[in-house]
Amino acid sequence: MNKATAYQQVQAARSANKISIQELIDGLTEDFFELHGDRQRDDDPAVIAGLATIESRPITIVGIQKGQDIAANQARHFGCATPSGYRKALRVMRQAEQLHQPVLALINTPGAYPGVEAEYQGQGRAIADCLLAGQKLKVPFLSIIVGEGGSGGALALACGDQVWMFANSTYSVLSPEGYATILWKDSQRAAEAAEQMRLTPKELLADGMIERIVPEVTTAADCGELKGAVAATLKMLAAQPVATLIKARQARYRKF
Amino acid sequence: MPQRKFQAPTEYQLAARKDQIPDELLTRCPVCQQDCYTQDLTELMICPNCDYGFRLPAWQRIRQLTTTFEELDAVVTVPERFADTAYREKIKRAKATTGLNESVVTGLATLTGQSFGLGVMDAHFMMGSLGSATGEKITRLFETCTAKRLPVVMVTASGGARMQEGAAALMQMAKISSAVVQHRDAGLLYVTILTDPTTGGVTASFAMQGDVVLSEPHALIGFAGRRVIEQTIQQTPPADFQRAETLLENGWLDQIVTRPQLRLTLARLLKLTSGGPSHE
Ligand SMILES: [Zn+2]
Repeated sequence: MNKATAYQQVQAARSANKISIQELIDGLTEDFFELHGDRQRDDDPAVIAGLATIESRPITIVGIQKGQDIAANQARHFGCATPSGYRKALRVMRQAEQLHQPVLALINTPGAYPGVEAEYQGQGRAIADCLLAGQKLKVPFLSIIVGEGGSGGALALACGDQVWMFANSTYSVLSPEGYATILWKDSQRAAEAAEQMRLTPKELLADGMIERIVPEVTTAADCGELKGAVAATLKMLAAQPVATLIKARQARYRKF
Repeated sequence: MPQRKFQAPTEYQLAARKDQIPDELLTRCPVCQQDCYTQDLTELMICPNCDYGFRLPAWQRIRQLTTTFEELDAVVTVPERFADTAYREKIKRAKATTGLNESVVTGLATLTGQSFGLGVMDAHFMMGSLGSATGEKITRLFETCTAKRLPVVMVTASGGARMQEGAAALMQMAKISSAVVQHRDAGLLYVTILTDPTTGGVTASFAMQGDVVLSEPHALIGFAGRRVIEQTIQQTPPADFQRAETLLENGWLDQIVTRPQLRLTLARLLKLTSGGPSHE
């Protein structure tokens, strides 16, 4: 993969063979209890949330997921969360705070859902609220970009104390196709755009945007090493006084 | 060969002639599509027919909203590390046309004896896009106002995150949010005034984080762009789906305030809030 071009990296991040967030949760946790609904009006299947244990310690999980087949993918609008999805995330983040347990965010999204209803339901405000909540969350918060990390829709859950990326993932302000369209009026130049955008884990690590690149995991059975790393990091973060934790997190984002 | 009666002017001659013609006599309102005499727009730059507020240069807005204004961080500009030639060229042009160093002007203001921090975005500077320097100026404004225990007012006008700066532009949304959280935790007031257009990553961060959110009539406010939505749903969204009036109806705004009323409204609002527990 060392010689892979940036656009090959984009394709690998989007691959249908990517481990699903559900399978990843199964591999990382001993028991997962799913929580549904934003408690306001809806339940967005693009956002998966729930309670689990990792090495016997309770955690809260929130993820943005694509579907593994066409039907599931359509139900989850290809991993694009609606305002209701972000409000579900917000709800479980607050619950985690109440229960004093860390939050693990697992992200695979091309971006927040672009639709008329989503606009009516306050897509901008929903993401803005997640950003505020992330910056003051009183519990350890680890964000992992598993596949695509698309713009504000990914950032909403990528405000952790640390942000990690899978080896085959990307994180960017917009898609390479969007970048090429806006800048050169030509979506066919996406590969060229990807080269310019510094969206690969290696570039983002070098730029100080993320803390760690995680070796690619393809099945739940593969998750042992990642599970150990997640558990150790959450434990390390949990050992800090809350004020120290929040101060360090805010300093992390201040340096940009 | 007959003599040509008319010699087409060169581009240079055209430009020179244009300089001698007074500003366009008529201006078309992009909302109601009516032509109105440019002089009728007045210093406020509003459509006399429908109250739409035309996009304002930052300093014109500042004059309209303040009694005094002391600018902060005027020299903060795009960091050298963004070295792409095409991007540097765009920045150079934006600086030349606006006289600004970035898409936002920030400072400490007073209005009817009340002090507050004010940030005004300017859509004429690269569509008011949110770059690292924009984010830095806004973050510092919040930090200054948290330390001085002052309310913050942000007037937004932006196409969203500045894609030429990549992930760094995205991170500004989190950085500013962090500063907003600390200002909020200090018990201080944050007011946003959303103007045409406020979209993308700016809507999805500090524009929508105000304790009180105001807007001007007919302002375009939204997250996703109309074209992106059209491609996704294969339908044409209603004409007004991202207009301020629709957002007010759906519960995302507190009030729509016409530009002539904005100054007075802001003064009232600052008086109606105590400004935190240890405010003198
Ligand atoms: Zn009009």
